Order: sequence, then structure tokens, then C-alpha cells
Amino acid sequence: MATNALVALPVAVPIAGASLAILAGRSRPVQRTIALTSLAVVAVVGILLLIEVDRHGPVALHVGGWAAPIGVTLVADRLAAVLVVVASAVLLAVAVFAIGQPGAERNHVGFQPVYLVLAAGVSASFLTADLFNLFVAFEMMLMASYVLITLGGRLEQVRAGMTYVVISLLASALFLTALGFVYATTGTVDLADLSVRIAGLSPGLRQGLASLLLVVFGIKAGLFPLFSWLPDAYPTAPSPVTAVFAGLLTKVGVYAIIRTQTMLFPGDSPTTLLLVVAGATMLTGVLGAIAQGDVRRILSFQIISHIGSMVMGLALFTVAGLAGAIFYLVHHIVAKTGLFLVAGLIEHVGGSTRLTRLGGLVRTHPAIAVLFAVPALSLAGMPPFSGFVAKLALVDAGFAAGQDAIVWVSLAAAALTIYSLVKVWSAVFWSPAEGETASAPVAPVAPDTAAGVARRPPPLMIAPAAAMAVLSIAIAVGAAPLYRFSERAAENLLRMQPYLEVVGP
Amino acid sequence: MSVLLAFTAAVLATVGTYLILQRILTRIIIGLGLLGHAANIVLLTSGRRGRPPLIGKGDQAAFADPLPQAFVLTAIVITFGVSALLLALAYRSVLLTADDVVADDVEDRLIAREGAYDEELDEGAA
Repeated sequence: MATNALVALPVAVPIAGASLAILAGRSRPVQRTIALTSLAVVAVVGILLLIEVDRHGPVALHVGGWAAPIGVTLVADRLAAVLVVVASAVLLAVAVFAIGQPGAERNHVGFQPVYLVLAAGVSASFLTADLFNLFVAFEMMLMASYVLITLGGRLEQVRAGMTYVVISLLASALFLTALGFVYATTGTVDLADLSVRIAGLSPGLRQGLASLLLVVFGIKAGLFPLFSWLPDAYPTAPSPVTAVFAGLLTKVGVYAIIRTQTMLFPGDSPTTLLLVVAGATMLTGVLGAIAQGDVRRILSFQIISHIGSMVMGLALFTVAGLAGAIFYLVHHIVAKTGLFLVAGLIEHVGGSTRLTRLGGLVRTHPAIAVLFAVPALSLAGMPPFSGFVAKLALVDAGFAAGQDAIVWVSLAAAALTIYSLVKVWSAVFWSPAEGETASAPVAPVAPDTAAGVARRPPPLMIAPAAAMAVLSIAIAVGAAPLYRFSERAAENLLRMQPYLEVVGP
Repeated sequence: MSVLLAFTAAVLATVGTYLILQRILTRIIIGLGLLGHAANIVLLTSGRRGRPPLIGKGDQAAFADPLPQAFVLTAIVITFGVSALLLALAYRSVLLTADDVVADDVEDRLIAREGAYDEELDEGAA
């Protein structure tokens, strides 16, 4: 029974922490202690869950003792557990970054409580075993994100935030409609029940429900025709907020797509619709990234492109494809958050994230250059890094499934990703700084003496970015066991018997 | 689902979609409210119709399905909260710009202009 109770903690602890942090609103140190402690507890609980789930199979908790179809059920299987662990690590790192950075966190009483609600919403989305509770978890997460994205209330934040909130609300209304249709046709919203009952529906009805849910989660994940809000909304938020959004929020959408498509609408063969959407997402995302002239916007467009890679893994509907997608998901959360934290550092020392206003950082701030290079190389899929393993797994799975076209599209997108990262690297780190000319480079100066531009970033901002870089390398070093774990998780997704048994009738 | 309710949901969704496509924030917010209502009606009518589901008040087989009603209550509360936040944002936007028209994305405009045909540049080249 003890392990059952663990499943509730990743949701309950941050919510309790958020309430306490509101009460402690007068004292920032107390708020910070509460936030960091709650997130650390979630990380530890996540690791314990992961070990338990990997050894003995999925763990379910019927909250309040109500059985599955009526009550609130939380289930941790391998995929959910590993995502809870990675999410809590990322949330913890970003919380430290926010504390170290002058700005958003320091000036707002509400930052820490809202941030904890976001953490609870993310965990709840991963752990819920019920379509309606997925809606509630999404809303919890989104409500917190609405507040965080407009924190500060500057004009461009209000404009971008408005777009984000309206699009998200539209997706929520569609989600509710989809829930209505699902309940009307099957009489349940419990995922385990649904997986049995949806199989009995007519193919047309099943296709309709699948497409509706795909649109809903596609908006949240940023899939091909539905991504336009993302690169508009993300870059305007304070940099720690952008980092956590980029790392986690779209991935929760991807998780929901993977969960619903594998559980409710399992296919035996690659799905053409998903493959086409994945290919289009990969290409448009990366082409958008190349066109941009701002570090954060380039990184935001890249997210879209990589979401396409994950959906490609799902679309293959093989163990290898799903394992690749899961590995990619884990690697991408870490690498992308790291890159956005470095973008925050660049803004801190350079005063801007526009490519034309930056330059020469490799001389003034070599540490930041290294911290950028590690996740960037990883994201680009360079051999020793984690991105290479993820991309290789997907390419391999694609060829094995006989879908050569999508593999070539993904390779083209990967090459273009390298180009967009080189664009950032050469403009921010290698090109002469503003005011210098290429022919007459200024002699290297000590960071402290270069006036204004070369401010030394606080160690609390450097440490989380370094932690993400180290974690990214750790994923590459431990690639073999992690990939085998992804395979086991993927097998769970395609053969759901343990999941269904643990939820019970 | 009765025809009347289906029709109501359809009309609400139509009007809501039209309003969301406007560029004035207050209209968009009203549009979202209407779309939310349409979704709520669809959800509400997804269960069995019948007498009020109070245990001890008659035949349980004749009861309405209470689950969608609970769903809708939750959904209404959530929509209400988000609408309040949206209104606050719209108010902020009015304070900052003295206008509640949704502005263009500046960055997008800049990039669109980069690739656009430039007459002066063309003359210089020729």
C-alpha cells in the first residue's frame, strides 16, 4: 500500500507547497525554501516510483477509495514515472535559476506559489488515468502558465499572453466537446475502460474521436498547422518561465497524444495522417527557426521541429519507434531547457537576445559559450551527445518500419537544425561585438573591465544551466540502459495488460 | 441529445467562432464564453436524461446520469476563472495602449519586411 500512496505525492506536495508559499508571502526566503523543498521531494518520490514501477509494473491509486470508473484514479507506469522524474529535475533547476536572476521571481509575491501549481499540473497530467482529469490537470497547468507568461505585465507580454490564453481556451473548449462525444458514445472517461469500449465502436466514429483529440492535443503540443501561437508567446515571458515552458508544456501535449493514441486508438501499422503531420511539423518548424533573428525565437521554432520528431516515433506504431520517441522526449526536455537557460544568461550579460546586438561572447564569457555548446550539439544530434542516440533510434525505427520518406525528411530537418544553431553560435559567440569591426578585433579584455556589456552572471544562474548540460551528457553516457528502459516503456504502451489490471474493473 | 439542445449548441458554436475571428479583445472574450457554453451543452447532454439523481427519491433506473453534470460544473468554474483572467488582461491592454485591438506580432512584421520587394534597393542595383 505504501507505494500506492507515493503516486499522489507528485501532485499533492506542490499543491500543499503552493498554499504554504501564499501564506508565507511576506518572506521571500521562506517562500523559496518551501518551493525548493517541495520540488526536491517530488524529484525523490519520482525516482522511488520509477524504481518501483520498473521492477513490479504499474502502480495505481484510487484517490479517496472510489473505484476506477467514478473516482479519481492516478496511475504511474514507466513512461509517466520517467517523465515525472525529468520534469521535477527541470523544474528544480529553473526554480534555482529564477531565484538567482534579478527580475521576475524577486519582484513578485506570486511567482513561487504559481510555479508550484504549474509543477502540480504537469505531474497530474502525467499520472492521471482518466480523460476528464487530464482536462482538469491541463487547466491547472495552463492557468498557472497564463499568470507566469504575463508576469510583469509589459505591453508585448500582454499581447503575446492574450494570443496564448485565447488559443489555449479554444483548445480547452474543443477538449470539452471531445469529452462530451466520448462520454456519449462510450459512457465512460476512464482511460482503461475506454481502451476496451472504443474498440467496439464503428471505425468512422473511432476515427472522428481520434482526430478530435489529436487536434486538441496538437494545439497544446504545437503540431504542424496549429503551432502559430507558440513562437509568438514563448519568447516574451521572463527567461526562467520561457525555459520551463519550452522544456515541459509542449511535451505534456506530446505525452497526451502518445497516451491517447496508443491506449484508445491503437493501430498495428504506421498512421499516414500522423506521419504527414510529423514531417510537415519538422520542416516548417526548422525553416521558421532559420528565418528568425532572435535567439529565443530561433529556439522556440526549433521546439516545433522537434515535436515533429517525437510524433514521427509515435506514428510508426512499433516498439522501436515509440522507444525512440520516449528517449527523444527525455533528451529534449533537458537539452531545450538548458538552451533556454543559456538564452537567459545571454540576455543577462548582453542586454538583448537579438542576434544583431550580440557578439564576441566567446571571448568575454567562455563559460556561457561552453554551456550553450553542450545542449546545442546535443540538440543538433552530434555523435557523442544524447541527441545523436535519440535521432539514431528514430531513423533506425523508421527504416525498420519501411517508412523511408519520413526518415529522409527528419534527416533534412536535422541538418537544417544544425544550420539554425550555427547561425546563433556565429552571431552571438564568434562575430565581433557591436562597435567592433572584423578587421580590427579589440584585444581580449577582462570581463569586469568591459563597460556595461560584460556583466558577470550570478552563480545561481550559471549553476542550473551547468546542471542541465551535465544531465544532458549523463543521458548520453547512460544511453544504453536508458534506451532499454524506453523500450520497456514502449512495450507497456503497446501491450496494456498490466496497466488495465492495476486500474481494476 | 434533444434536437433543441443540439441546435442551441450549434448556434452558440457558430456565433462563438465568428466572434473569435474578430480583432477586438472584448468580442474575442465573449466569443470564447459562447464556445465554452456550446461545449458545456454538448457535455451535459452526453449522459442519460431523467429525474434528479437523489438517492432515496424514487427509482434509480429513471435517474439522470450525474457524472456529466459534475463534469460540467467543474468546466464552468474553470471557464469562469480563465474568463476573469482574460478580462483583466484586456483591461491591462486598454491601459497600456488605449485600445483593445489585438496588435500584430512585431517580430513577424520585421521578418516579412526583410524578404519584401524594395524599390529603392532595386534602383540602386540597376
